[in-house]
Amino acid sequence: MRGLMGKLFAVILVVIALASAIPIVTHTWYGSAIRLSPPPDISTHGHAIDEQLSETMIEAGLSFLAAQLVLALFVWKFADRKGDTQIRTFPGGAKVMVIAALVLVGSEILALGVLSQKAWANVYFKPAAPDALQIQAQAGQFAFYFRYPGSDGKFGALHPDKIDEGNSNFFGLDPANDVESRDDIVTGELAVPVNREVLLLMHAKDVGHSFYVRELRIQQDFVPGLDLSVHFTATTTGKYEIVCTQLCGLGHYNMKAYLNVMSQEDFDHWMKQKASEQ
Amino acid sequence: MRRSVLAVPLAVMVSPAWLFGAGTVSGKVTYTGTPAKQKTIDMSKEPSCAKQHATPITTETVVTGANNALGNVVVYVSAGAPDESSAPAQAVTFTQKGCQYIPHVLAMRTGQELKVVNDDQTSHNIHPLAKVNHEWNKSQPPGTPPLSEKFDKEEFVPVKCNVHPWMRGYFAVLKTSHYAITADNGSFSLPNLPPGKYTITAWQEDYGTQTQDVTVSGSETETVDFSFKAKLY
Repeated sequence: MRGLMGKLFAVILVVIALASAIPIVTHTWYGSAIRLSPPPDISTHGHAIDEQLSETMIEAGLSFLAAQLVLALFVWKFADRKGDTQIRTFPGGAKVMVIAALVLVGSEILALGVLSQKAWANVYFKPAAPDALQIQAQAGQFAFYFRYPGSDGKFGALHPDKIDEGNSNFFGLDPANDVESRDDIVTGELAVPVNREVLLLMHAKDVGHSFYVRELRIQQDFVPGLDLSVHFTATTTGKYEIVCTQLCGLGHYNMKAYLNVMSQEDFDHWMKQKASEQ
Repeated sequence: MRRSVLAVPLAVMVSPAWLFGAGTVSGKVTYTGTPAKQKTIDMSKEPSCAKQHATPITTETVVTGANNALGNVVVYVSAGAPDESSAPAQAVTFTQKGCQYIPHVLAMRTGQELKVVNDDQTSHNIHPLAKVNHEWNKSQPPGTPPLSEKFDKEEFVPVKCNVHPWMRGYFAVLKTSHYAITADNGSFSLPNLPPGKYTITAWQEDYGTQTQDVTVSGSETETVDFSFKAKLY
């Protein structure tokens, strides 16, 4: 009887392990309405991140399945064992077993880290090309604003004391005294030309925020007091949502903007239009 | 409702102007120089509001009309007006529509009821930046009834929405009922002033205040004009 229950338990273990792998393999996580797979990637670097996520998922998934199957095998094999007799000892004892486990898991994580470098370092540690389009992004409760340097190619200096939102001076420019700021273009939407590298210079006006565009495979925090940046190249025209993914206060739920990827021609036209509205 | 119906004739009856005959102070508010260009407001983050405006709206920091006329200027009797103890019973209304405050400048009496209406499909967070009065900050989801508030002390209060940074309005909370807000043609009229010496103040949100003294001796109309120096930026 005891042996039968043990074997049944081993079978249940295998069933649970395989059943939990099905939604991951078929990419239906929460049911058919919501896909596990992310939305289409529209960046030049995103495929590396997607590949890395799949690699991690496959590796972790196979380890999980292997562990469950080995566990089930042992339960099956020794289910009807009588008494407390010892089966076998790990060569070298418990201490060696713990060290072996640490080395095994550690090297796996290290390998993942080294392999993922190509996905991560490409975006974060490699500087943008010198001719990348520079756009400043400012996050504040509860909106994003973007600034283009205008025809002179230079950003005017920022004066936090000059910030006057009712007057649409979200960045604190001083056009009365600062000539460079007079042609700066401030917008509520992030328009970028397609297939051109963009360097986003990020700063927070008040508290921590985050810049997240799923289709770009970019999520980067804004940290008050730090000048951070990300760079990317968008490859597909269209409108995509930018959301704040760092709880920043009461209006956090409504803190969003749109990324508008345009052809170079549309972008030039848009830029001209926005310049006339400043 | 019943109270307000009674209050109007009552106010007319006790008004000294009705008893003694009254003069009017009227005039025009203009600017000299070049005012700053008003900026187009980008409300792409709130599509339900953006689509309400066929052409994008601009900031309303300086509202001008033909012949250098200056609109949205609050002109009021800042000294000399007979003591007016009670506020009118009817409320003033401040509406949030298309992610914009309507009107941009709202004048009211101290103690008068202020109704704040949300006409939009989105939540607003109305935040009067009061310094003399009590500062408050209330969320108003779409479809909720109007908020009712009042201010007890005289003050010009900037109003902002915490969710939509471009939204800006002003409350002009005044001790007197003798006030007017200039139209786009810059003109104003302060009627029902009994004979006496008055100080007239004009307030513009960006240009500040100016005052002038005027004496009303009978039922005539006195002319008081104001001219503000415009700021290019």
